[in-house]
Amino acid sequence: MHVPDGFLDVQTSAATAAVAAGGVALALRGARRELDERTAPLAGLTAAFVFAVQMVNFPVGAGTSGHLMGGVLAAVLVGPWTAILCMTVVLMVQALLFADGGLTALGTNVTLLGLVAVAVGWAVFRLLAAVLPRSRGGVLAAAGMGAFVSVPVAALAFVGLFAVGGVADVPLGTVAMAMGGVHVLIGLGEAAITVAVAGAVLAVRPDLVYGARALRRAALLAERPASVPAGAQ
Amino acid sequence: MSRRNRTLWVVALVVALFIAGVASWYASSSPDGLEWAAEQAGFLDTAEDSAVAGSPLADYQLNGEDSRLSGGVAGVVGVIAVLGVAGSLTWALRRRGRDAVTHDAMTAKD
Repeated sequence: MHVPDGFLDVQTSAATAAVAAGGVALALRGARRELDERTAPLAGLTAAFVFAVQMVNFPVGAGTSGHLMGGVLAAVLVGPWTAILCMTVVLMVQALLFADGGLTALGTNVTLLGLVAVAVGWAVFRLLAAVLPRSRGGVLAAAGMGAFVSVPVAALAFVGLFAVGGVADVPLGTVAMAMGGVHVLIGLGEAAITVAVAGAVLAVRPDLVYGARALRRAALLAERPASVPAGAQ
Repeated sequence: MSRRNRTLWVVALVVALFIAGVASWYASSSPDGLEWAAEQAGFLDTAEDSAVAGSPLADYQLNGEDSRLSGGVAGVVGVIAVLGVAGSLTWALRRRGRDAVTHDAMTAKD
């Protein structure tokens, strides 16, 4: 879902660019708390991985396709602020090198795929992770649901922008139905890829997964009583 | 940098390069969700060409050539570009040395 130039008027594009700039400025501060010498390289790789997977459009129904957005996957792996930065870099490289997503629409795309998708998806993830069992399955279920929800919500956020600043004079209900409908289906793909990739990293290196910190704390607490007699022997 | 970390990073990079360089050839070429919806609702024709639509890597092809090699090279260049920019940025923002240790000890406690 890369918005091209021309769909939204100049004022709306400028407004979303300002929102995007503000969001990225906050993310630059927030990401400092998420990144250290182990996780910073993982964050760079996460961005590169999201870029790669975004190239692989999967078919959804007849004559339509979708691809991973990746914001929730990145947030679960490296943290939500860092995820916003990852998405911003991916969208910038796509717009500047590959003409994918308009240049005047870059702020719109960062707002939708970076800020909205990550914020909403991460909120859903946190909410579910708090109530689901503190297990690998619980984390993955929360990640999948967050990823699923993030796609139609970002699509409807576009419809909101289109209502304010869409250049074409078309019935808004039709836009909302088409955008919402197809992006619910794409969201299923988003959830499947997010669960598969996060599950693979969790299986080999759970210690590096930002969204699984609660699991590590639970494991540390559980280990402590057993480790005392072992150390005393 | 521990060997375990290095192994994970190399594997992740190789997988990303493979997806962008090889698997992307098999991607669906149908319009994506937004294009499809724009066509349904009748505003697809308001899309304008990007100012960089004539760039050598536009549309993930090398000089507009529709071949396996052209798309693969574009994908690999993209992965390296994103890794370079995002990796430099996150590395520059990281907590260093003592800070990181203190922070980890604090987060492990709560």
